[in-house]
Amino acid sequence: MVAKTLYDKLWDEHVVRVDDNGTALLYIDRQLIHEVTSPQAFEGLRLAGRKPWRISANLAVPDHNVPTSDRAAGIADPVSRLQVETLGTNCQTFGITEFAMGDHRQGVVHVIGPEQGFTLPGSTIVCGDSHTSTHGAFGALAFGIGTSEVEHVLATQCLIQRKSKSMLIRVDGALGPGVTAKDIVLAIIGEIGTAGGTGFVIEFGGDAIRALSVEGRMTVCNMAIEAGARAGLIAVDEKTVDYMRGRPYAPSGELFEQAAAHWRTLVSDPDARFDRVVPLDAARIKPQVTWGTSPEMVLPVDGHVPDPDAESDPVKASGIRRALDYMGLTAGMPISEIRPDKVFIGSCTNSRIEDLRAAAALAKGRKVAASIKLALVVPGSGLVKEQAEAEGLDKIFTEAGFEWREPGCSMCLAMNADRLEPGERCASTSNRNFEGRQGQGGRTHLVSPAMAVAAAVTGRFIDVREL
Amino acid sequence: MQAFENFTGICAPLDRANVDTDAIIPKQFLKSIKRSGFGPYLFDEWRYLDHGEPDMDCTHRPLNPGFVLNDPRYAKAEILLARENFGCGSSREHAPWALADFGIRVILAPSFADIFFNNCFKNGILPIVLEAAVIDGLFAKATGGEALRIVVDLPAQTLTPADGAVIPFVVEAGSKHCLVEGLDDIGLTLQEVDAIRAYEVRRKQEAPWLFIGA
Ligand code: SF4
Repeated sequence: MVAKTLYDKLWDEHVVRVDDNGTALLYIDRQLIHEVTSPQAFEGLRLAGRKPWRISANLAVPDHNVPTSDRAAGIADPVSRLQVETLGTNCQTFGITEFAMGDHRQGVVHVIGPEQGFTLPGSTIVCGDSHTSTHGAFGALAFGIGTSEVEHVLATQCLIQRKSKSMLIRVDGALGPGVTAKDIVLAIIGEIGTAGGTGFVIEFGGDAIRALSVEGRMTVCNMAIEAGARAGLIAVDEKTVDYMRGRPYAPSGELFEQAAAHWRTLVSDPDARFDRVVPLDAARIKPQVTWGTSPEMVLPVDGHVPDPDAESDPVKASGIRRALDYMGLTAGMPISEIRPDKVFIGSCTNSRIEDLRAAAALAKGRKVAASIKLALVVPGSGLVKEQAEAEGLDKIFTEAGFEWREPGCSMCLAMNADRLEPGERCASTSNRNFEGRQGQGGRTHLVSPAMAVAAAVTGRFIDVREL
Repeated sequence: MQAFENFTGICAPLDRANVDTDAIIPKQFLKSIKRSGFGPYLFDEWRYLDHGEPDMDCTHRPLNPGFVLNDPRYAKAEILLARENFGCGSSREHAPWALADFGIRVILAPSFADIFFNNCFKNGILPIVLEAAVIDGLFAKATGGEALRIVVDLPAQTLTPADGAVIPFVVEAGSKHCLVEGLDDIGLTLQEVDAIRAYEVRRKQEAPWLFIGA
């Protein structure tokens, strides 16, 4: 038998039909839905007089527009409110399960899928959101789609797809102290670039990935899209299987064991061939900080902001110049001298319980620096929030001077009221540092939760290992 | 979807790499529950000097004179010439909706972000990948004095710049067919109802846990 990659296995299991030129009809097991990219899809269904193919394959939640404080007052912005209400109406009309704003299970779509066991190993998962790659941490083929495709999946439970190339990023060895999953993935993007994964599905492997918890693996896969990949994947192991046990939408009893037996086969065969292999040495990865306006503009915390005059490629040099200008930085300055105004701990990259525990462990007994105007902690879901509160993490944060909020996307993309003002600089645990991402004119530096706390309490980007 | 017809269009050069979907259509415009009307807000933060909000009347907003689409030569551009990794970032289909609404029908770049590339075809936009050297050549021509016009022939898969040699391009056969015929993907897939049902019957045997739903 030919050796197969994990991607080959997932692909082969989901092909309904394939035509001569390699275009396949791929069966989709799960669709996650949120308020921003679904209204036009539901409207399309309605206009064409079509019905969802398999209603129970969908789960919906509002997250991008929801307020993170004062929920009782509802959504102040009428445009946001209409969008969230439209999701509710659509779910009711079509019979789709929704965790509405008042539901304690509500949260960021990519946090609740795994939390509920709706994300299953070996499944195909889509969502009208690029960070759907997160779910690849479970050995699932998960990718973001546009609204037309959301409608396509609603109507047919399938997508028209072509197979991508395969890449293995092997992170060998052990991480140093203070270095996290976020630093791994930022270092990877720094290495291969934001277009490095274009046309590929990336499997992350190696000892350092195996050593990560399932939540850490989600952080890595979450940002596969920032490397341009169609999807990120991590092989199933006992950690994956254990994570699934007892989740509301996961199988139970006999069926769980039957499923688990299959899940354990979801690994690349030892001699499987990848189109590209990128090895990385975990021991050499340091805490990372992005300095520019693309996730590939990233450096270790002890680095210096680049000098465009030293870059020979003119397109790159002008990119650096533009980024430095936007970010208000000088060529050659040490990363450790950059001083944020705000700190955001949250987003589908880093808002799960382990992220909050790591952040709280460092925040404990410390105070947010006087120069920091606002430090926010936004849990990924209502259940994460409850768990954190049960552990007393909320107290640690508030005593240190952080604000403790309700779950949602929040300042990751600033569609709600949480945002940067023009020129403000933020240490953020989210995944994108594009111009204006966190508010028009806002300046984003992507870091791990630990580095965000270190920045909050010292007022600059210091190596968390020196805290 | 409307069928894609051959045309001769003006080519606007947008000389930046990694143009992301947040730049193509900023997030505040994603709150719309409609599919149309995004054209005036295309590249909003680059195109205007003030801050744009949904439903704003753009006719009197201060324009950024340095932005390519504000150059009168390119006001009617139907072809966008771009750099590497165009359309990276989010999956928002609002990006191709805004481009199409502005009038863009073809985008030329050395590489595109994957989801954006797919989304274009669903909205009648033809994204074309060309070699970096060819793109460089087009930039040289397009940034000269007069606006560059290019003849786009999808059935023949060729681009012909006003004073230049024919440039052949590659497009996936299925996507080309849908564009040329103006076909609706969903309708096509629904012709496969039997195959989808047969797949489901088989999968329920093999992997019953996948059919536990929400
Ligand atoms: S947290 Fe940020 S990246 Fe994640 S789904 Fe929300 S907006 Fe997108």
